[in-house]
Amino acid sequence: MRRTVLPALALSCLLALPVQAAETVRLAWLGKARDLPPVLSNLDEIPADKGLAGARRGIADNATTGRFTGHAYALSETTVAVDGDVAAAFKRLVAAGERFFVADLPAADLAAVAALPEAADTLIFNAGAPDDALRVTGCRANLLHTLPSRAMLADALAQFLVKKRWTDWVLVVGPAEEDRLFAAAVERAAKRFGGRIVARKDWQWDHDIRRTAHEEIPLVTQGVDYDMLVVADERGDFGEYVAYNTWEPKLVAGTQGLVPAAWHRVVEQWGAVQLQNRFAEDHGRAMGPEDYAAWAAVRAVGEAVTRTKTTDFATLRDFIRSDAFELAGFKGRKLSFRAWNGQLRQPIPLVTARSLVALAPVEGFLHHSNEMDTLGHDAPEVSCP
Amino acid sequence: MRLPALTLGLGLLAALPAHASGTLYVSNEKDDSLSIIDIATLEVVGTIPVGQRPRGITLSKDGSVLYICASDSDTVQVLDLKTGKILHDLPSGEDPEQFALHPDDRHLYIANEDDAIVTIVDVDSRQVVQQIEVGVEPEGMAVSHDGRYAVNTSETTNMVHWIDTATKQLVANTLVDQRPRHAVFDRDDRRLWVSSEIGGTVSVIDVDSKEIVQTIAFALPNIHKDQIQPVGMELTRDGKLAFVSLGPANHVAVVDAQTYEVLDYLLVGRRVWHMALTPDEKTLFTANGVSGDVSVIDVEDRKVVKSIKVGRYPWGLAITP
Repeated sequence: MRRTVLPALALSCLLALPVQAAETVRLAWLGKARDLPPVLSNLDEIPADKGLAGARRGIADNATTGRFTGHAYALSETTVAVDGDVAAAFKRLVAAGERFFVADLPAADLAAVAALPEAADTLIFNAGAPDDALRVTGCRANLLHTLPSRAMLADALAQFLVKKRWTDWVLVVGPAEEDRLFAAAVERAAKRFGGRIVARKDWQWDHDIRRTAHEEIPLVTQGVDYDMLVVADERGDFGEYVAYNTWEPKLVAGTQGLVPAAWHRVVEQWGAVQLQNRFAEDHGRAMGPEDYAAWAAVRAVGEAVTRTKTTDFATLRDFIRSDAFELAGFKGRKLSFRAWNGQLRQPIPLVTARSLVALAPVEGFLHHSNEMDTLGHDAPEVSCP
Repeated sequence: MRLPALTLGLGLLAALPAHASGTLYVSNEKDDSLSIIDIATLEVVGTIPVGQRPRGITLSKDGSVLYICASDSDTVQVLDLKTGKILHDLPSGEDPEQFALHPDDRHLYIANEDDAIVTIVDVDSRQVVQQIEVGVEPEGMAVSHDGRYAVNTSETTNMVHWIDTATKQLVANTLVDQRPRHAVFDRDDRRLWVSSEIGGTVSVIDVDSKEIVQTIAFALPNIHKDQIQPVGMELTRDGKLAFVSLGPANHVAVVDAQTYEVLDYLLVGRRVWHMALTPDEKTLFTANGVSGDVSVIDVEDRKVVKSIKVGRYPWGLAITP
């Protein structure tokens, strides 16, 4: 690509800008390394900066805007080891003056940190845990979620399948705890939108399926009449090998095949291609759902600073949680946080490896206040303290 | 959705007063081409291949050449309208999306979407004169009729950036609603209209104070407010009317430019982007991205009278007399 950017010239203009002395808004990234078992499908490397890269992108976007409002943004980055003490790290950061946190933590760690007395005057954005429990029984005033919950993902898929009248599903569930949680979300979605789980099969093979998928999978999928095989395999262990190996010529959706995802490189409408390009140029890879969640968290703070024209923590926190808050998130609708559980309401793309198939909420699924609230747990379903 | 409009159009066409002559150029973003429409007959009379992902197009003051933002070719092309041939490319900075030509007919202000920069190019010397850092994803560009200001809207920073064209420096920034996409000065340069796609509003800004004096909202029955995404705008010279295209709401709003009251909504093709008024302001054309056509609106009757099939994803328009 031809580049005609003239840095020296640009810089001289910048100096002439009527910008007041910059006030710095600080955010803290708090992640925890995960002990991930090897998976059979390892074509896509898990990026070392998963999520974090999105936070960095958000800081850069905020900073560009901040030049005109006199605000600078700084991100401190802390990643705790697999067996590390997350609470201790969090307390250290609070003591150092951090108030806004972008968290990539397992649900249990996140809940524990948010409940610390030291967390009372902080705002934590959950950008790494899709667990519904955090949004249904574990909500807290200091905890917001920019990553969609499993229920939101499953609801998005269910709306699409029901709209297509592909209502009979076989659910194949992996052995991991998160697979069971995803399956539970699919079962809930089936009930809500009129899908039917005609059979549920637990995946019980632990050998290398890659050489024998053509023998095993027909047996698992034989003898039942269905429209769609829904697979629950969040780690990507066996799910990639299901398609084309079924007994009948059937489609696959769920964690593989047609996938509901907060973000994917095929999303290019609504100006998304610009965000995708910025991200890819900086980080040399495509932007994923966790990156998007972290980006949205950082941008939410930036947007609040721009709109309220202050860096005062309490003002920003209250604004972000209020009805007045809105974020343009490249999904064609303005995003905001649900008052009842702090979840960022957002459209969910349904994607295959190389194309966008649909965007939920799917037309026809109505809600009395906001159609995006047909995805995930609605106010009456939440029993938060 | 388009069929009734088309049928209606055919019925009304006979009753229409003769259209002014002239030529309409439409950029087809996903076809790398321009469609040429004869305004007298409302027929496509030709297609010109251009650079990749053409979006904004604008005419030189004498109407002899058409400037084309070929976004993915990272260039602005100069098309000789007599011969239909590309004369040369201009340096444009990366990913040019929209631009505006200064009344001096010489300086082109180009929004470089990927680089958060506005590039000023001298079309005669074919040199970059200046690059000015603006907010994230600069898109809309406009130059006031008196040539004093160039403004740019940045879609993610959500600001209007005011550039003094004499000093080529940023002099002010106005915060507007989410995702501002397009800006238009009114004829006497007193007000600047800015459309916010995700905010769903149009901000009318006082040029002297740079403050918002009015925010216009839109509402259509049976269309969710999130689908109402204002993008393109056209103002009539007499200062009486404004037309605002509402994107995926598939309508154009007709606004009283003095009271800011929305007078009417006209159903056009799907995903309406930009618009162009004929010089006599009797006809308005809209580029409808998803349906791949151009809607023809009779301004006086406020009726859509025809739709004309063009290339894939029509985006920008320009008219020569």
